[in-house]
Amino acid sequence: MKARERRLGLPPWLREEDPEGIVMSARIRLARNAAEAAFPGWAGNEEGERLGRRMLSVLESLPPLAGGTVLRMEDVGPLERQILHERHLISHELTGKGAGSAVLVAPDETVSVMVNEEDHLRIQGLVSGKDLPALWTAVDALDTRIEEQIPYAASPRLGYLTACPSNVGTGLRASLMLHLPGLRLAGDVEKVVKGLGKLGLAVRGLLGEGTEAFGSMYQVSNQRTLGESEPVIIAHLLQIADEVIGHERRARQRLAETRPGLLKDRVMRAVALLTHARIMSAEEALDLLSGIRLGLALGWVKRLEWPELDELFLLVQPAHLQKQAGRSMGPEERDEFRADLLRTRMAGVEWV
Amino acid sequence: MHCDYCGEQDATVHLAQLLNGEMKNLHLCKDCAGKSGINVDEPVSLSDLLLKAGQAPGAEEAGKKDIRCPQCHMRMSDFRKTSRLGCPACYDAFAAELAGLLLGLHKSHYHAGKAPSGTRLSHAIHEQAEAVSGRLKTAIAAEQFEEAARLRDELKQLQGELREDVCHEGS
Ligand SMILES: [Zn+2]
Ligand SMILES: [Zn+2]
Repeated sequence: MKARERRLGLPPWLREEDPEGIVMSARIRLARNAAEAAFPGWAGNEEGERLGRRMLSVLESLPPLAGGTVLRMEDVGPLERQILHERHLISHELTGKGAGSAVLVAPDETVSVMVNEEDHLRIQGLVSGKDLPALWTAVDALDTRIEEQIPYAASPRLGYLTACPSNVGTGLRASLMLHLPGLRLAGDVEKVVKGLGKLGLAVRGLLGEGTEAFGSMYQVSNQRTLGESEPVIIAHLLQIADEVIGHERRARQRLAETRPGLLKDRVMRAVALLTHARIMSAEEALDLLSGIRLGLALGWVKRLEWPELDELFLLVQPAHLQKQAGRSMGPEERDEFRADLLRTRMAGVEWV
Repeated sequence: MHCDYCGEQDATVHLAQLLNGEMKNLHLCKDCAGKSGINVDEPVSLSDLLLKAGQAPGAEEAGKKDIRCPQCHMRMSDFRKTSRLGCPACYDAFAAELAGLLLGLHKSHYHAGKAPSGTRLSHAIHEQAEAVSGRLKTAIAAEQFEEAARLRDELKQLQGELREDVCHEGS
């Protein structure tokens, strides 16, 4: 096991940017279970730990995981768990797990595997952009390699068997994170979402606490896992996502023509507050950073690179903030530290 | 706003999701959201939440016998509480109870994706049977009775294999 002090660099899903700033990241996860064993939530502690250790020893030496990071949850402190969660490397479920649970991350952070989450294995891939087919190829290959070593629970009729019946079959959840500030400003998000409704996809705002859809970020994902092949599920999702992207583009155009002041106000208010405020909650920060993203896409915000901006979406979150401060902080102290960080990072930004 | 589940605490987690083409809103307090396994990373399945709230199709039928999985000893009533199965064999043990739920969630009975290693998918047999049945009709229409008889036997065998699967699933 590699000695581990995770660097706080940019994860791969924040490294490239679509110039319109609409598509953020693509994600795939596969739920898999070892044959002939109780699922993690129902297995006894000892039984679960034993199987977890056995799976871990297989996974550690498997490319592309070999040479990456292995984190056994029993060795990971609370702040570090939160950091991993904020970086989308572990799920909320795994942040509460102990011995027998682990996460393995490939050296480039593109693919990772959670051990003893809700299912024995959660294989996942995460990249910036929307190239789900390429991501599927990578995740599929790793899945096949694992299956050669760890026989999976499966049935001829239902395919891969999972702890929750909502995942049975492919065990696949494919999703795209989209930034839809135009639709949000125009008040059209719900309408678009409704229009997509009959298509078997879930659309939801990126969760936050307090208000809805912080940062105007929405996740579009497949719901069905039984009865369609993986490439069909992915093609369907991409086709629908392209429609949503088209709606966002048109919403921005329409706003630029009919309510240019509204659009400009959204961006300039974000610039003003981020460069001057002294207290900033995570929710407000994400919301304002969304305004900056919009400004960058429209060419109104200058002297700021996409990766710099997107890194801020990570850095303003509670665990990342405390990691940078090098100490644990209560909510009030965090809000001041967050405002300071944002003022510093935004100091060189220009606007037109 | 109060939590839709407990009705006591303030709702701080807000979900909007489509279910069967209809927009549903769900407002939960932090505790109830946690208990529902809501995960910021993962797309939340509202059907899953409804399942937990005991409103999913097939979740009632209180008078029925509480079936137990012979492998892991989970009971159907345990599953209704957590909406998570105990082990792979639960899919056999609760097959009849799960059938409606699976059809509601996925609109399908057959896995049609990647074939697990060493598994011949029912879906593939099903598709093959459909093709043979089509050829059988053509043969009969063309009065090629020898060919039709051969195809009929082939179809029977495929249907037999499919039935075995279903029996194996326990329904
Ligand atoms: Zn509640
Ligand atoms: Zn069982």
